[in-house]
Amino acid sequence: MNAPVPFPAPLEPLLTVDGVSKMYGDRIGCADVSFRLWPGEVLGIVGESGSGKSTLLRCLSGIDEPTSGKVRFRLEDDLVDVFSIPEPTRRALMRTAWGIVHQNPRDGLRMSVSAGGNVGERLMDRGDRHYGRIRESAAEWLSRVEIARDRLDDMPKRFSGGMQQRLQIARILVSEPRLVFMDEPTGGLDVSVQAKLLDLLRVLVRDLGIAAVIVTHDLAVARLLTDRLMVMKDGRVVEEGLTDQVLDDPHHAYTQLLASAVLSA
Amino acid sequence: MTLMLRAEHLSKAFVLHNQGGTVLPVLADVGLSVHAGEAVVLAGPSGTGKSTLLRILYGNYRPSTGSVQVLHDGRMVDIVTADPRLVLEVRRRTLGYVSQFLRVIPRVSALDIVRDPMLGRGVADAEATRRARDMLARLNLPERLWSLPPATFSGGEQQRVNIARSFVDPTPIMLLDEPTASLDAGNREVVVDLVADARAAGAAIVGIFHDEAVRDRVATRRLDLTAFKAAA
Repeated sequence: MNAPVPFPAPLEPLLTVDGVSKMYGDRIGCADVSFRLWPGEVLGIVGESGSGKSTLLRCLSGIDEPTSGKVRFRLEDDLVDVFSIPEPTRRALMRTAWGIVHQNPRDGLRMSVSAGGNVGERLMDRGDRHYGRIRESAAEWLSRVEIARDRLDDMPKRFSGGMQQRLQIARILVSEPRLVFMDEPTGGLDVSVQAKLLDLLRVLVRDLGIAAVIVTHDLAVARLLTDRLMVMKDGRVVEEGLTDQVLDDPHHAYTQLLASAVLSA
Repeated sequence: MTLMLRAEHLSKAFVLHNQGGTVLPVLADVGLSVHAGEAVVLAGPSGTGKSTLLRILYGNYRPSTGSVQVLHDGRMVDIVTADPRLVLEVRRRTLGYVSQFLRVIPRVSALDIVRDPMLGRGVADAEATRRARDMLARLNLPERLWSLPPATFSGGEQQRVNIARSFVDPTPIMLLDEPTASLDAGNREVVVDLVADARAAGAAIVGIFHDEAVRDRVATRRLDLTAFKAAA
């Protein structure tokens, strides 16, 4: 529980996003989104269903190519344009330097592979070949996300929803990504399970200095996990700033509506 | 004495877009300078904007006009216009805010809540633990509670965890929003001492205290906001 965020703060952003738009024919998925994300920083994207936040996340994380605009990622000293590099290079980047936590753990897990295998697979992607060490790492990560060691050889389909989500997070974080994308990471979970998961994410992000982009419609989740917030409506960013500023003193009509609609965020 | 904080021409009006664009003016043209070792207590009846001003100084509310310069790393930084990353850095090391309420993080123990800001500033683990334990003891929080998450604590116990978290390693500028509100007399005394210690160490303090006796003992100066109340 130590290793604080490196100081002095890094000067170069990890992710540089300029004018990203995604059109589906005439319909706007998201329009003209720009921001910078630095190592150790957590950015939240909030808005109701259909506001374009998941579309944006798919563009940022290399899954869908934007109609226009650029997503660039800092790899060593280079700023790499995510959609102009060859497909295999992008896939490799997504498997090693990045992690994507899906809302539905079934989209992020291999359901026919054991829990240990799910975690170990990412290490093999990274080039690890020593079976004993991979198994040991996998076991250690399962215990970090509070899954008992003796479940290592069980299939994920025998896990509860909350356990599957924690397994997915272990699978992503084991390869020590520098940037993690999360789509509604606590969606569909019981409140008590949510609290566990939120605290786990908070500690992991702080201890590992990971940068993260989190899409959520839950303002309490945003408050707890994010440093900065972007509010989206109809595909556009209508307000952005420090998370506590945006939630406590919202200026845009839509943000005021969102902030006043929760009991206590 | 070193100038730690200078606010100029601050005004604030809330615009309620979903209530027909109603404008609620709160503050008009407030100015305030605080030097190292000073404690300025904000005075005035409810509704004069004391908490609003404190939140603006912290960068939590965005003022309609004006600037808030704070001394950070040997230079003045305007909290109102600074990049969000810089504001977070200023809050981490220079500008602390103590509210009446502990924002409870699920499942985190009282001890870890108190240790957390020190770890974020690079204080070694063992040192952070030792200082956190000392501070919780000084605030008379029973030791059996230290390893528990404060969600189930009483209001006063939660408040003491909150104060311990802020005063265990005071920042050069401290903003206090009624930190003694739910404390008994004994613990109010401890807080008065903690504020005095922080001042003696060179901290600049701006605070709101409802309790007259506490206010008089803490304050080196008063600023009555009645005069700056914006016309409705």
